[in-house]
Amino acid sequence: MKKPETLAHEAEQLLADLIPRQAALKPKDRIAIPAQEMPTQDPQIRRTNMQEVALGYSEAQARVEAMRCLQCKSAPCIEGCPVRIQIPRFIQAIAQGKMADAIRMIRENSLLPAVCGRVCPQEVQCQLPCTVGKTLKSVDQAVSIGRLERFVADWERNSGGCQTPEILPETGKRVAVIGSGPASITVAADVRRAGHAVTLYEAFHKPGGVLMYGIPEFRLPKQIVEQEIKALESMGVQIVTNFVVGRTRKLQDLLDKDGFDAAFIGTGAGLPKFMGIDGENLVGVFSANEFLTRSNLMRAFDRERADTPIVNARRVAVLGGGNVAMDAARTAIRLGAEAVHLIYRRTEAEMPARVEEVHHAREEGVQFHMLQNCKRIIGNEHGCVTSMECLRYELGAPDESGRRRPVEIKGSEFTMAVDTVIVAIGNDSNPLIKKTTPAIETNRWGNIIVDPQTGKTSMDRVYAGGDIVLGAATVILAMGEGRRAAAAINRMLAGA
Amino acid sequence: MNRILSKHQLSDDVFQMQIEAPLIARERKPGQFVIVQLNSDFGERIPLTIADANASEGWIRLIFQAVGKTTHNLAELKPGDRIQNLLGPLGTPTHIERFGTVVCVGGGIGVAPLHPIAKGMKEAGNRVIIILGARNRQLLILEPEMRAIADELIICTDDGSYGQKALVTAPLKTLCEQSPRPDLVVAIGPPIMMKFCSETTRPFGVKTFVSLNTIMIDGTGMCGGCRVTVGGETRFVCVDGPEFDGHLVDFDNMIKRLGAYRPHEAKAHEQCHLELARRTQESKP
Repeated sequence: MKKPETLAHEAEQLLADLIPRQAALKPKDRIAIPAQEMPTQDPQIRRTNMQEVALGYSEAQARVEAMRCLQCKSAPCIEGCPVRIQIPRFIQAIAQGKMADAIRMIRENSLLPAVCGRVCPQEVQCQLPCTVGKTLKSVDQAVSIGRLERFVADWERNSGGCQTPEILPETGKRVAVIGSGPASITVAADVRRAGHAVTLYEAFHKPGGVLMYGIPEFRLPKQIVEQEIKALESMGVQIVTNFVVGRTRKLQDLLDKDGFDAAFIGTGAGLPKFMGIDGENLVGVFSANEFLTRSNLMRAFDRERADTPIVNARRVAVLGGGNVAMDAARTAIRLGAEAVHLIYRRTEAEMPARVEEVHHAREEGVQFHMLQNCKRIIGNEHGCVTSMECLRYELGAPDESGRRRPVEIKGSEFTMAVDTVIVAIGNDSNPLIKKTTPAIETNRWGNIIVDPQTGKTSMDRVYAGGDIVLGAATVILAMGEGRRAAAAINRMLAGA
Repeated sequence: MNRILSKHQLSDDVFQMQIEAPLIARERKPGQFVIVQLNSDFGERIPLTIADANASEGWIRLIFQAVGKTTHNLAELKPGDRIQNLLGPLGTPTHIERFGTVVCVGGGIGVAPLHPIAKGMKEAGNRVIIILGARNRQLLILEPEMRAIADELIICTDDGSYGQKALVTAPLKTLCEQSPRPDLVVAIGPPIMMKFCSETTRPFGVKTFVSLNTIMIDGTGMCGGCRVTVGGETRFVCVDGPEFDGHLVDFDNMIKRLGAYRPHEAKAHEQCHLELARRTQESKP
């Protein structure tokens, strides 16, 4: 791993060579430019702090990376982006050093570039079909679109704040947006741009949804989320916190009594799943949601200043293999755990977590246990966790999802001494709207049923999108859903 | 919003506040609670039951005991001050209907959440018998309010300084032994009291509701910090409760979970006392 200064210096030399012949660069010359490595904090140091792991490109690195883009006419990358950012255009602007132009182009389609550049799984979205990656036969060699997006978003913030998008004249129509995660932020921005008044309702004391309570500081600094959300306020979106729709006010009342012309539900998948095994309610067993909410939203990692306590875990088991499991395991490391074990019942190839996150977790000392699962949790006379009984698995025939099904090996039980167990096996959709709004149709998993073209629910003037529709998915898919629903809301309000 | 309209000290550590909260006052029903947070950046979120509310005047009443850092800091606030974050109403409202004879048992600070439920039960046409318990006479709260509702009021103190010298389970048992038996018991107080009330009524088959006071963070069902075992299943107190059938609750597990952060709480409490002492010292001439 090279030091950030070395990477920056190498890029400067390369850039000095490339700039004079920029106009004459042929595709094969561009493909020959080395992919720029992301500078990161040293693993031994970062495991003791909450600061961001990935440090971001230097300006020279960003320009060199941008010059790798072939500016394909067909732009397959745009197809891979759920909000259809004009990727080749903004990358060309970066290559030419026109950073202000680049960020303006991104903002036409996304209000959260600093967030998406950090947390999107680009390797399965915009970077998957990249021609450069295809030519070099590795998605890892694709143009680093996410890192470039992040670079210009950070550049904009560091050079004096974000531009406010243009707003059409006021229409007098009012839209309620419920929840303030990525889907809702996208809807609020798109509907507001069309000139409608928007009120965003959030149950927590801070807006941002999973960006605030779920994704840790070391992957996504909260200050960045707060600043990207400020852009909404500067557009005139009213943000109301401490307001839980369904309890503080029923959805039906917002429409019938409070004068909203339409509503969007973006309440996410925030209901933690438990395993239903013995010992799950012992002291020392947490859902990943609880563990991460305490640390991220309540800032319990700052033990001196925060009032919210967090457990002094020594030997930790995290159950699960997604990004949430990685976030929980890496948070536990940073809170001073002696050993963090990640238990997953399939193999690393089936893990839903991003390869980069798995790599970072391993560098920081998380121990991976594949093809194992917890069978029961064992406690002492005080009701505190002391160990787990686990089983070993092998992979059997593929199931309906196409993944090979893990099959338990009879008699393979063994125990593992732990004092903390974090359950990260997924989330279900938040049930509160369903519970308090009988007119909303949901499927058997509690997800809201919508028209896939418009995001319209079974209830008049009510739309939904993001994890409440998809089940637990990604930030950018939620944004894509929000974009489509916002377009349908704008059409409906224009027609009425 | 969230402006403190009035504040009264009910006993040594127990305070009553009337808070301007029109949206919560409009929607709240007996049995529901709020989450209070004094500081958005580093403050913790604590659950407090809504003891009373007035929708037309737009206020709610909270009654709380200063037991740790956050409740001590809350008690330091004065009329005119604002509470930074107040979320609610939360939880599933109490199921109120005409049951017949309802015995409402309140222990200590639990009398505060019991009050709106007893009032609701009375308004629904029930005969309401109220048993109030406290360690001593000074710690007894809301006696006049409860007396105004009750068809019969029984008071117990641990030290015999007022009413019967007994635990609340003694008169509860007597009532269960009478014929006809009560149709419903609602018991709210310290977990150990709710446990023993449930054990008292169990042999008589008298349905007993308890209102659980577990550790909470969000209060909206997204973390499971408040989970309890009820009838062998995991339930979330903040959305499925706070009321459950006392005969099905695993109180022993719940009590152990309540103690999970005791060392953290003790440290915060001690620092808070030092801070309060320092401030008192500074304010002296």
